[in-house]
Amino acid sequence: MAETLVTATALAKSFRNGVTALAAIDLAVASGEFIGVLGPSGCGKSTLLRIIAGLVEPSAGHLERPADLVGRIGFVFQDPTLMPWATVSDNIYLPLRLQGVTRNAATPRIAEMLDSLGLGEFAGIYPRQLSGGMRMRVSIARALVTEPALLLLDEPFAALDEITRFKLNEDLRALWRRHRCTVIFVTHSVFESVFLSNRIVVMTKRPGRIVADLTIDLPETRDNALRLSDRYADCCRTVSRRLAEAMT
Amino acid sequence: MNGASRLWRFLAPTLVGLAFLVAWQAAVWFFEVPPYVLPGPFLIGATLLHDGPSLLGALLVTLRITFAALAVAIVVGGALSILFAQSRLLEISLFPYAVILQVTPVVAIAPLIIIWVNDVFAALLVCATIVAFFPIVANTTLGLNSADRNLVELFRLYGASRWQVLQLLRLPSALPLFLAGVRISGGLALIGAVVAEFVAGTGGAETGLASRIIEAGYRLEIPRMFAALFLLSLTGIAIFVVLSWLSRLLLRNWHESALESAD
Repeated sequence: MAETLVTATALAKSFRNGVTALAAIDLAVASGEFIGVLGPSGCGKSTLLRIIAGLVEPSAGHLERPADLVGRIGFVFQDPTLMPWATVSDNIYLPLRLQGVTRNAATPRIAEMLDSLGLGEFAGIYPRQLSGGMRMRVSIARALVTEPALLLLDEPFAALDEITRFKLNEDLRALWRRHRCTVIFVTHSVFESVFLSNRIVVMTKRPGRIVADLTIDLPETRDNALRLSDRYADCCRTVSRRLAEAMT
Repeated sequence: MNGASRLWRFLAPTLVGLAFLVAWQAAVWFFEVPPYVLPGPFLIGATLLHDGPSLLGALLVTLRITFAALAVAIVVGGALSILFAQSRLLEISLFPYAVILQVTPVVAIAPLIIIWVNDVFAALLVCATIVAFFPIVANTTLGLNSADRNLVELFRLYGASRWQVLQLLRLPSALPLFLAGVRISGGLALIGAVVAEFVAGTGGAETGLASRIIEAGYRLEIPRMFAALFLLSLTGIAIFVVLSWLSRLLLRNWHESALESAD
């Protein structure tokens, strides 16, 4: 087992309006893992992700992460969340710029990200000229440009059509195999989480708790052919069953 | 927008204006209205040609006050908004007073300002600025505070400084609303300049269009009054058009308000 990157112990979060989003989450994330966090809408998955990112303070419990993880986290929101006034390459440059990297020094990194997400010809255009799927690619490129140790994705493909979504799933999986960063991917889609993840944690509805922690035993390289295989279907069935149990 | 509809956009209001002028002139002829009650467009046009040079000098004085006031309003209003965006406490402490300044009619405070400020130009400038600065403050503050929340968090995630958040996120987010504020303030600065001059009276070496209107009123030179009024409207329209054009120019790449439609 690889070394642990992030450990959550009895993590809980209540908001000022009285809503308890999370109740006692225990989760150890190993370096290099691709974890899918699966649960019904409003189960506190996003809150968990934001606590791990350091954007939200937990109300109880403890989160252990290496000190040098700050600034090495990439975050992809449900919406592409791009700056409409900046071109595609300026949007991708943003995290590096905030970290003090000059434009010249950043140029090769930006070019590499544009290339690996199939955005090469769109470098100079504005987000509004892109389709939803392409905007999400820019968002992912922006998250990866800093070569993060931990990549957090909060239902990034929920608003996309299924064909675009499948393609992005495949590409994301390939990018992860290349970059080998740790990924936590929040979704409410069983198919998506099984296709992407090596491990899936299933959460109950609010207040969220983890009720199942499953290892997904599928080949490392995953493409569309996998979606038609019996092994994939079996995995989906198992995970669906656990999700159904979590809902009751 | 295609060529035909672009043409109509210009042609339709022009036709309405022409029809109005024709009806006006016809009414003046038909009912034999004396020019000191209501001059017809022809007479006003002739007066404009004849009195043009003297009126233009006055217009220049008014314009100087207007643009100076707009510039001060942009600088002061913009700076105040940025301060508000930095500190919520400052915003809630000061904003009500900006509102008070806005809702107090400038006609009511102009006499005081003219007493307090010796220089006529400066006094008029203060009055016009008071009228002009509120839309800029209100709009820019709103704009600075409506930066995308997720983007704000993203900036936090990468350890952005306050200055970076302001420069790279809040200012660009506020630009469309700021420009809309400037567009309103441009017109208001002109109104403020004219109203203040009305209150100040006709004294002073250099006087603006308002003084010409008052003089013409005293002398019952109603056509000259209309000519001055016409120049004022034209100036107001020109300011609006120029500021709208500037706004489109600055936003054309990304903001919905400035996009050309695809068909």
